[in-house]
Amino acid sequence: MLAAKQIALRSARLPLTSFAANRKKHTLPDLPYDYNALEPVISAEIMQLHHSKHHATYVNNLNLAEEKLGDAVAKNDVSTVIGLHGALKFNGGGHLNHSIFWQNLCPGGSGDPSGELAELITRDFGSFQAMKDKLSASTVAVQGSGWGWLGYNKGSGKLQIATCANQDPLEATTGLVPLFGIDVWEHAYYLQYKNVRPDYVKAIFEIANWNDVA
Amino acid sequence: MLAARSFVQQAGVRMALPLSSYRSKHTLPDLPYDYNALEPVISAEIMQLHHSKHHATYVTNLNVAEEKLQEAVAKNDVSSVIGLHGALKFNGGGHLNHSIFWQNLCPGGSGEPDGALMAAINRDFGSYNNMKDKLSASTVAVQGSGWGWLGYNKAADKLQIAACANQDPLEATTGLVPLFGIDVWEHAYYLQYKNVRPDYVKAIFQVANWNDVAARYSAAGGK
Repeated sequence: MLAAKQIALRSARLPLTSFAANRKKHTLPDLPYDYNALEPVISAEIMQLHHSKHHATYVNNLNLAEEKLGDAVAKNDVSTVIGLHGALKFNGGGHLNHSIFWQNLCPGGSGDPSGELAELITRDFGSFQAMKDKLSASTVAVQGSGWGWLGYNKGSGKLQIATCANQDPLEATTGLVPLFGIDVWEHAYYLQYKNVRPDYVKAIFEIANWNDVA
Repeated sequence: MLAARSFVQQAGVRMALPLSSYRSKHTLPDLPYDYNALEPVISAEIMQLHHSKHHATYVTNLNVAEEKLQEAVAKNDVSSVIGLHGALKFNGGGHLNHSIFWQNLCPGGSGEPDGALMAAINRDFGSYNNMKDKLSASTVAVQGSGWGWLGYNKAADKLQIAACANQDPLEATTGLVPLFGIDVWEHAYYLQYKNVRPDYVKAIFQVANWNDVAARYSAAGGK
């Protein structure tokens, strides 16, 4: 530890900045299945664009924003640190949300939830169907771009439904732990479902991976 | 006016504001050109969905929201009046924005701006290209769904660029008079341009109708 501090002092920078300098970049996670594996619910064309273009762009821009953040912190430029919030939330949120999304889905779906998750769903919504109905309604009603979420309220021990605008990440925005998310940015469904968002939201439950959610 | 009110009373219609009894519903405006007329810049498929589905839905839902608004006003239900704000802004904004958008575009575009509008563009941006560059950058940078706008600041007598989220209408949100808008909701371009929003924003200037923009500028008092 002493050696590290001497090195840091010798390079005349706060230890924090060497943290920023050594931080590894974020990377685009691989999908756990092929681009065509979620058909016919989500087309291969959508999956390829969504993963290799949209999510990849969030990752790249998050890395850029974090590099600027490191520079600003090093210079004690508080104004710039604050000014980077939008880019960090948008791209960081985009990376977080999509990383969860790919795992939330699986070819053919996992069947209905079971075990403790199923019990919690029944306790907090009455039934699996009732939960799906509420989640679907909230998700379809998102104005513009955003996400519908089944989340977990650690404070109350309850499952809750919430929506977020744009790429606002669920936990940072609401405190809820994200369990299952439905992307309703138009890029998530438009090529296949056009303006009929309700059909996409209804269909996505056919490929939900409740094992991941559990 | 007096005769109309008594007729309404005789018909047993709930006497809310006279205005509410006669207000016509909003209707989907016709496009001033065919669905394929803006090709190759915007495909016929996009135009048809955009106009007959998306804009049509805003019109329908605006009428529903306004009906609820009338009922809430009639009952003095202030809470509901306030609660309807989101639906009114979203659907009303959607109707306003798209109604402007269809007029802002024309087959083949109108060429470059001229006259008083061009003079104002040169004065406030340095050149037409500078204005396009600024408008394009702001529009491409919209996070999520929204619109890029060239607007007119009446108080300052200046053209300004602004962006709005979702369907937030420019004038009610910023005070700027909307002159030329670029819809960057993904439904406006995705079928054709996929994720490459910058290509769509660049191309849309080829179908811009600066005559319509100039008319709006003039109507707002711009000289």
